[in-house]
Amino acid sequence: MIQFFNMLLIGIGAGSIYALMAIAMVLVWRSTRVVNFAQAGMALLSTYIGFELVQKTGNFWIALPLAMILGAVFSSLVEILLIRTLIKHSTSGPVAGIVPIIATLGLLGFIRAIIGFIWGNQDVQIKAPLSQIGFRVGSQTIALSPMNLFVLLTVFGMVIVLGFIFQRTNLGLSLRASAYAPEIAQLAGVRVGAIRTVGWAIAGAAGAAAGLLQTVNGTGALSPDSLEFSLLLTFGFIAAVVGGLESLPGAVLGALVLGLVLAIVQIYISGTLVFIVAFALLLLVLLVRPQGFIGVKAGRRA
Amino acid sequence: MSLIVKGLTVDHGAIRAINDVSFTVEKGKLSAVIGANGAGKSTLLRALSGLNSATAGSAEWSSHNLLHGKPEAHVRKGVSHVSEGKSVVAELTVEENLDLGALWRRNKREATESKSQAIALFPRLGERLSQRADTLSGGERQMLAIGRALMSKPELLLLDEPSLGLAPLVIEQIFQTIRSIVDSMGLTVVLVEQNAMGALKIADTAVVLNLGSVAATGSAAELIADPAVRAAYLGY
Repeated sequence: MIQFFNMLLIGIGAGSIYALMAIAMVLVWRSTRVVNFAQAGMALLSTYIGFELVQKTGNFWIALPLAMILGAVFSSLVEILLIRTLIKHSTSGPVAGIVPIIATLGLLGFIRAIIGFIWGNQDVQIKAPLSQIGFRVGSQTIALSPMNLFVLLTVFGMVIVLGFIFQRTNLGLSLRASAYAPEIAQLAGVRVGAIRTVGWAIAGAAGAAAGLLQTVNGTGALSPDSLEFSLLLTFGFIAAVVGGLESLPGAVLGALVLGLVLAIVQIYISGTLVFIVAFALLLLVLLVRPQGFIGVKAGRRA
Repeated sequence: MSLIVKGLTVDHGAIRAINDVSFTVEKGKLSAVIGANGAGKSTLLRALSGLNSATAGSAEWSSHNLLHGKPEAHVRKGVSHVSEGKSVVAELTVEENLDLGALWRRNKREATESKSQAIALFPRLGERLSQRADTLSGGERQMLAIGRALMSKPELLLLDEPSLGLAPLVIEQIFQTIRSIVDSMGLTVVLVEQNAMGALKIADTAVVLNLGSVAATGSAAELIADPAVRAAYLGY
């Protein structure tokens, strides 16, 4: 019983961080039709900046929102300086559509090299601001620490705020219209170029939050070739695709399902099977339900 | 204040889509642009709304240069374009589609008034405000597209084939509404149509395009009476 309960806690905890990453990928995809392979690199950079901010201020609670803001700024700059230009100039030829996507792969390597150059290849440590010892229920220790609880609440808070922005505000309406039908949005007076940048900015903030929260939720160690960040990209991407790549609720649902499935595999079967299952799930979804759980069948691209 | 187009030329790559097109539309008038498929009618509108860039010529609306700037800037100068094929966002609700046209407007009270006006003009939309646009019929979608354009409080309205794919009765209704928009709201309208007869019946003036060039211009009544136009475009 306690094992089942712990499995749920671990699954939802991991899934919530994949959800932030998946949200970032979906926002970028919706605003510019680019799959951003540099998302994890940008999250890693933001997390290093978070590390510096923790060093300077000594306070994680200040460092987290600041790192998110800087993540948003960096992501906007990538869109304005790199992606926008590439989309404008790569309009013909056999590889036109994938030039910006390949560029994000280049950017990933570039960011990692820059991080290595600035912070060196040794691990740095961000100390968890809250206890990582699980709460006690009766005589048992459960797989939920104050740190885990904070991460969960923060992620769910962010998801609710994003949902509100998207469904209930003018900015959200502009973001949705620009994603579904950029030309019509433009004709209605929406400044689609600026709205694209906003999409990238929110993605950058979500990625920064994912990176920092994942780090303090885990061992606290950071390195330029961090395996955990590669996993974050992979699992965030799988969750986004499972959720249909177009839909924010789909991304969150996909991430929670992925987190739970991987927790079941890890606890009841074997930790070594986690990767196999994650990719099998991706391939299975692409084969049987390519539009994802929530995606629109034969989704429009106009 | 009028729409003055002079020598407008637009290229799609190596292909000249419209060539040296000139015409004038007085304020408060409805001008039909008719011609066969591929005559360059849509290209003409897309150039006027800033979606396509022009190669040569000029186009002015009340001293605002229409060949410069993006569509979102044109909207702010009172030029709204309903593009071909029911220009609504299928995934948004009817009300969201309407609101979209007024997001940029500062005066929210006036925007709310525009919404009441649009709903009064198309009561069907009022009954379906919370439905997704892709659940509407073709005619309702066209009404929504026009309603969305009116939410931007336009002075010049560019309509691209509002009759496309609609039943004759619905076409009649849409055309009558377009005429009433011109008469009651004082808007200037450029109506691009393949349904030449229907468009000429409600228009004040018309431009006939053939292979990208102006074949004839004049009052709608003159063009209906012109044997050459009748033979080529009205089919009798």
